Amino acid sequence: MFNVRSASPETKMATKLTCLAAILLSSTGIAQAANGLSIESWRSDDANIWSDVIIPAFNKSHPDTKVNFAPTPPTEYNSALQAKLKAGSAGDLITCRPFDTALDLYKDGYLANLNDLKGLKQFSDVAKSAWVTDDGKDQFCMPVASVIHGFVYNKEIFKELNLSVPKTRDEFFKTLDTIKSESRYIPLAMGTADQWEAATMGFQNIGPNYWQGEKGRKALLSGKEKFTDKAYVDTWKELAQWKPYLGRGFEAQKYSDSQNLFTLGRAAIYPAGSWDIQTFNNQADFEFGAFPPPVAKAEDTCYISDHTDMGIGINASSTNKEAAKIFLNWMASKEFATLYANAVPGFFPLSDHQIDIKDPVAQEFMSWRQQCESTIRNSYQILSRGTPNLENQLWNVSAQVINGTMTPEAAAKETQEGLEQWYKPQQ
Amino acid sequence: MTPSNQHDEKKPFPWHLVFFLGPGLLIYVVFSVYPLLDTLVLSLFNEQQGQSHFVGLQNFITLVTDDTWSQAFWNALGNNFKFFAIHMLVQNPIGLLLAVLLSSPKLRLSGTYRTLIFMPTMLSVVIIGFVWQLLLSPIWGISENFLYSIGLGQYFDAWLGKESSALITLAFISVWQFVGIPMMLIYATLLNIPDDIVDASVVDGANSFQTFWHIKLPLILPTIAMVSILTFVANFNAFELIYAVKGALAGPNFSTDLMGTFFYRTFFGFQLQQGSASMGAAVATLMFLIILVGVMLFLFFIQRRIQRFQF
Repeated sequence: MFNVRSASPETKMATKLTCLAAILLSSTGIAQAANGLSIESWRSDDANIWSDVIIPAFNKSHPDTKVNFAPTPPTEYNSALQAKLKAGSAGDLITCRPFDTALDLYKDGYLANLNDLKGLKQFSDVAKSAWVTDDGKDQFCMPVASVIHGFVYNKEIFKELNLSVPKTRDEFFKTLDTIKSESRYIPLAMGTADQWEAATMGFQNIGPNYWQGEKGRKALLSGKEKFTDKAYVDTWKELAQWKPYLGRGFEAQKYSDSQNLFTLGRAAIYPAGSWDIQTFNNQADFEFGAFPPPVAKAEDTCYISDHTDMGIGINASSTNKEAAKIFLNWMASKEFATLYANAVPGFFPLSDHQIDIKDPVAQEFMSWRQQCESTIRNSYQILSRGTPNLENQLWNVSAQVINGTMTPEAAAKETQEGLEQWYKPQQ
Repeated sequence: MTPSNQHDEKKPFPWHLVFFLGPGLLIYVVFSVYPLLDTLVLSLFNEQQGQSHFVGLQNFITLVTDDTWSQAFWNALGNNFKFFAIHMLVQNPIGLLLAVLLSSPKLRLSGTYRTLIFMPTMLSVVIIGFVWQLLLSPIWGISENFLYSIGLGQYFDAWLGKESSALITLAFISVWQFVGIPMMLIYATLLNIPDDIVDASVVDGANSFQTFWHIKLPLILPTIAMVSILTFVANFNAFELIYAVKGALAGPNFSTDLMGTFFYRTFFGFQLQQGSASMGAAVATLMFLIILVGVMLFLFFIQRRIQRFQF
């Protein structure tokens, strides 16, 4: 190819064709590369971990399969993936969002059926529930990880102000009061500019204690409970009480601002998702701990949001399905679970293997699975299928409740009315 | 055979026209006309579970009458008109003022000013959004201290986060970014005004304000009209700034939702909301119609009355 000048006309022609073919091939993407696997994911933060830790570990036992981790930023993932699947240029392995987003991909024929995948035996039915069809017959993604909600706190500030970890709601607000009156630290690091924290780190974080986890979630699905019931209104009432403890100008405070306020040591408590642990490990130079959402009375059962967040499936039009299956079976192994849980602390494997997590905060989060009842976010299964979209509504009203521009009762009414417009069991 | 017939026979087919127009026309048809027509057609269908069937104007009726859809639609449209009004009232007058100042022969370093004022227009909207969020941030921003130092500190607020001020703030950011465009266009027209007309007005005893009002302004009116129409089209297609600063949910409480962000949510979906290609196409068609009607009204009622001068 580099020898074009001295080559005969025929070779020149051939060279041109090769170049053309190379351009054409490269434009169709790595997905088509022979004997290779390409993974679509929204975890762009984990790109290094995949290329440096996980893929080399896989290649030790399977040296012939080249794996390429090709992430898209989280906010663009859904639409980008949809477009790629339609165009036929998506990777062989597809990281699955939980519930309807992935279910629709399966219904449209983009995801392969995984019923006969051996690795699936390593997962409980609850773990698999986010990626089966409504009738429970077909499995289309294998569970990978869940995230747990709670509060992360700055241990040094707690020590300085002589605070202990709050167990009940009263203690929680007393702690916030102390931080507010006795120090210049911001008691709670959260903003409402991006809206989703209000719903995800607020409503879905403290809510399960009010609606008793799975019991409340299932009752909403069956239509026995309504958003206007006491449990839900009370959740929003507690959120409304957060306002005085948030930083000044929290209405314009973005997610990254909140993270920075906490890691710079300017805020004491941070309503967290366990995925934040990684960021904090990298950026905070103080010790931090975590506590589960406080309960009403000390002896009450606690409920946590242990949300099945990530699964992985096979592109139905992949040309390399056998290799993809081998990779998935490997992802169901204890080796992967241990590697993954320790490489990305804050994402907890859903397989039944007993694994050791070395990160102390991740361990703390994981330990709540034994003490408390687990549930998932109540808007994710079925309830966000209609128009208006429940999840979007929860973002909007929760942010407004915290901003003080909407009462908890009005938030409950608007959400319930939205649900009643299309969801039969609630009508 | 008549001479004219002979002439017709001898005239060869104008291949050069095809040669010169063809490539441009082809690109225009493939990348602009076809997608536009396809969008119009798509908006007449309803897609469910991969099956699409013809529903006529049902999508549009849903969009403007159904409670859930229409509320969001009218809200976005109303916000869009506010966004446009702010640009017309702030961006274009400031652009005009800057152009007049720049064209003043007494001004030194006018080239430098011109470049500096035009600079933000060339930057990516994402950078603009990021920089202004930092400037206005109540946590890290410098605007609060700045306001205190000029004695207006008590007026500072989290403007980007308040329902009442978020849209206006975003509109001002957009004005700041794009003020260079009207400035440049008007400036270029001002430079084209022959000196002898201006000199004649001075000889006739007009002061500088009269010269501007009676001589220059009428001559640059066609340019101002063009700037207005460009602003209209750009504003009703606006999306990037809102998306970069507030996300696709355009909070708080949809107060910064424009047609562009509304279209994005409808077409591509958002978080757990599934996108709908046909409904999105209906929104896109309405955006197209609004812009089309606006431009046509403008052409019929304003552009025809504007007199053009040839020097």
